Amino acid sequence: MAEVTKLIHKYLRHHKKFPHVWCPGCGNGILLGALIRAIDRTRLEKDEIVIVSGIGCSGRLSVYVDFNTLHTTHGRALTFATGVKLANPKLHVIVIMGDGDATAIGGNHFIHAARRNLNLTAIVINNSIYGMTGGQYSPTTPYGSLATTSLYGNIEQAFSIAELAAMAGASMVSRGTVYHTKLLDDLIEKAIQKRGFSVVEVISHCHTQYGRRNKMGNAADMLLWQKNSAVRMEKARTLSHEEMKDKFSIGVLVDRDLPVYTEEYGKVKEMAKKAMTQMR
Amino acid sequence: MNALKSGGCQLLLQGNEAIVEGAIAAGCRFFAGYPITPATEISEVMSYRLPAVDGTFIQMEDEIASMGAIVGASLAGAKSMTATSGPGFSLMQENLGFACIAEVPCVIVNVMRGGPSTGIPTQVSQGDVMQTRWGTHGDHPIIVLSVSTTQDCFSITVKAFNLAEKYRTPVIILADEVVAHTREKIFLPHPGEVEVIDRIRPNMPPDWYIPYEDTSRGVPPMAAFGEGYRYHVTGLVHDSRGFPTQRPDEVKGLMSRLFRKINQHFFDIQMVEEEATEDAEVLTVAYGSVARSARRATREARARGIKAGMIQLVTLWPFPRQVVEPMLRKVRAVLVPELNVGQVSREVKRVNQGVTRVETLNRIDGNLITPEEILSRLLKI
Amino acid sequence: MDSNRYEIRISGSGGQGIIISGIILAEAAGIYDGKYVCQTQSYGPEARGGSSRAEVVVSDDPIDYPKAMKPDLLLAMNQKACDTYIFDLKPGGILMVNSTLVKQLPTTRAIAIPFTQMARERTGKEMIANIIALGALASLTGVVSLRSLEAAVLSRVPKGTEELNKKALEAGIEAARGITDKSEEIGMEFYENIADE
Repeated sequence: MAEVTKLIHKYLRHHKKFPHVWCPGCGNGILLGALIRAIDRTRLEKDEIVIVSGIGCSGRLSVYVDFNTLHTTHGRALTFATGVKLANPKLHVIVIMGDGDATAIGGNHFIHAARRNLNLTAIVINNSIYGMTGGQYSPTTPYGSLATTSLYGNIEQAFSIAELAAMAGASMVSRGTVYHTKLLDDLIEKAIQKRGFSVVEVISHCHTQYGRRNKMGNAADMLLWQKNSAVRMEKARTLSHEEMKDKFSIGVLVDRDLPVYTEEYGKVKEMAKKAMTQMR
Repeated sequence: MNALKSGGCQLLLQGNEAIVEGAIAAGCRFFAGYPITPATEISEVMSYRLPAVDGTFIQMEDEIASMGAIVGASLAGAKSMTATSGPGFSLMQENLGFACIAEVPCVIVNVMRGGPSTGIPTQVSQGDVMQTRWGTHGDHPIIVLSVSTTQDCFSITVKAFNLAEKYRTPVIILADEVVAHTREKIFLPHPGEVEVIDRIRPNMPPDWYIPYEDTSRGVPPMAAFGEGYRYHVTGLVHDSRGFPTQRPDEVKGLMSRLFRKINQHFFDIQMVEEEATEDAEVLTVAYGSVARSARRATREARARGIKAGMIQLVTLWPFPRQVVEPMLRKVRAVLVPELNVGQVSREVKRVNQGVTRVETLNRIDGNLITPEEILSRLLKI
Repeated sequence: MDSNRYEIRISGSGGQGIIISGIILAEAAGIYDGKYVCQTQSYGPEARGGSSRAEVVVSDDPIDYPKAMKPDLLLAMNQKACDTYIFDLKPGGILMVNSTLVKQLPTTRAIAIPFTQMARERTGKEMIANIIALGALASLTGVVSLRSLEAAVLSRVPKGTEELNKKALEAGIEAARGITDKSEEIGMEFYENIADE
């Protein structure tokens, strides 16, 4: 308990910005806890860290943490983060997005940030719904699910965010849940430490807007669903497509060393300076 | 490659190239953009000029991203810029509004081409004047400067950065296809001779720093991320500490200050150039490349014995009412030539309040209004 | 007003080096001769082919309107350019055409020099016709000094092609001289025939 209090005092704007806006039982609070535990483990200074968030319930996370915080426009968090990182590459930039934020309105920015392999950490909290606006279907809402804009069942197919990031060229991609908190701490820590673009997809729940409408019970029931549906990456690789039906893998999906944008740009600067002196 | 040899010299440059030189002289060290005619040369020249001065150029996936990136870079302490044309400028409106409310200095160049939509990409227009004023949603003040010569492209760009930094606001440079692509001889001053203004940084301990505090100037000091002043930046209406608020007194406080910081410095921001206005009986009000035609027409009219004068608006927004209004009272008639169906003329008429005759001369066929067209109207007016 | 304002329009098809010719001319007059210059161009969406037009305004005074209103000189590098722009030429202005590609002259007062043919025969490279034309243009009008033109050409052309370009300039200057010399003897209207000889 004492340890938790210490972290709260160190990393949260606890005397200013609480209570928060999230529903009781929301996964965003669990992610917030995992995030500050992971950051604490990296031993980075608070001044070195920039938290950039988009719009939606997840976007509010930046208000609560005592770092340089930037609450941007819907879907655009990665574009702002790109500017921050390139203007001052010493900063550790962590981007918090929701599923609609990162893969619908911000889908283009998401794949291009991954392709560019900027040294950023992107955490996408995936609760399969637009929660803040009242439960409309998102790009990760499963086929057939009910939402306020799919009263007869969702007819669109869902994105898999982690696979999308991997295909787009991210250096590291992992998936966790807000149920498996110890794993989540580890995945976020690894992602922050990784050189290059790293993505953590965090499977969460919105019992208020998604669970209620789709008869998945309360927050605790939905956490149990996560427990029962998640399969460790190592095991998942041994299972057939049929066996993985209605399940999802958790752990590190991709971890590879690729040219990192900021380092490549350093070379461009050297070449440009050399060309300039030759010109003079 | 001549653009490389900057510093105290004469060069033959395109307007677009001169904008880059102006930006770099003003201290711009970050540029994000997306290719678009007729602004692309700005990106191209930036891509090799910036890394050579330890700056950063990036080609983003679209103009939404470009605008987001320059706001992010400015928050991290770099003077930043993007450049585009109509279709891209439309995409930038969202994050332009963010820069307004979060008070992030940055410069946006819009090289106007014919619209709406894809329009006429390679032809000149002045159709975006009202978009620069009201393009992003919600009430907001904005500074917009127009350029008409290559030399302007250099000096007004420097001025744009200075105003952005001084008042913590986005500043839009409104160029057009003719200005952007015309090559002219320009004089580039030595870097040390250019007046460069930087944003005011906080000089108090972090605990004392109130990031959106009201000051007598209306412009709070701005800390860069990573300097030890950990604060919150948001596109939501916020209190003086930067945190979201819905308290009416705090909402009104922020909104009023945003307007006040521009309005109370009106005389520092407004820029107009006058030609033969002292005894003028007919007045032309022009801006951008059309001002060049108007200047020639004014001289030709004078040569024919007509007491013609002109004012060239360099600052378009806030509209330089304090200069234009007294001038309107002095003359018999006013002509506003522009490459749209009447955008600045609306503003002139609003200021005029029906007192003096205001006529318009509009051209929307993708070509520049010629001196003869203006002259023939001045002869009849 | 600016009575010394001199307007030049160079036109032809994309790939003939029209725009670069305008830039070189402007640089010669503006940077090397120290005059005021404005160089503009119009272009379509095509990178190659299509029509291309460059204009240069030279003056001792600052230039207000940047484009040519009534060109003092029109250099037409192909038939279409000649047909299109002849009507804009100032009365008494100079029409100079590339007679390799302009076969139907609208006026007997045209100065016709086979720039493309000369380029092919003397340098083996058709694309250098524009430099020959610049030499002729400068020599004939004196709007830029020949020394400035050469300096401007050499600063803009690719490394290793300097000698070739110098040769092209000289060819153009020479061709124009031939015309001015003879025109004094026999009068303006026979320009084109002489140049074609």
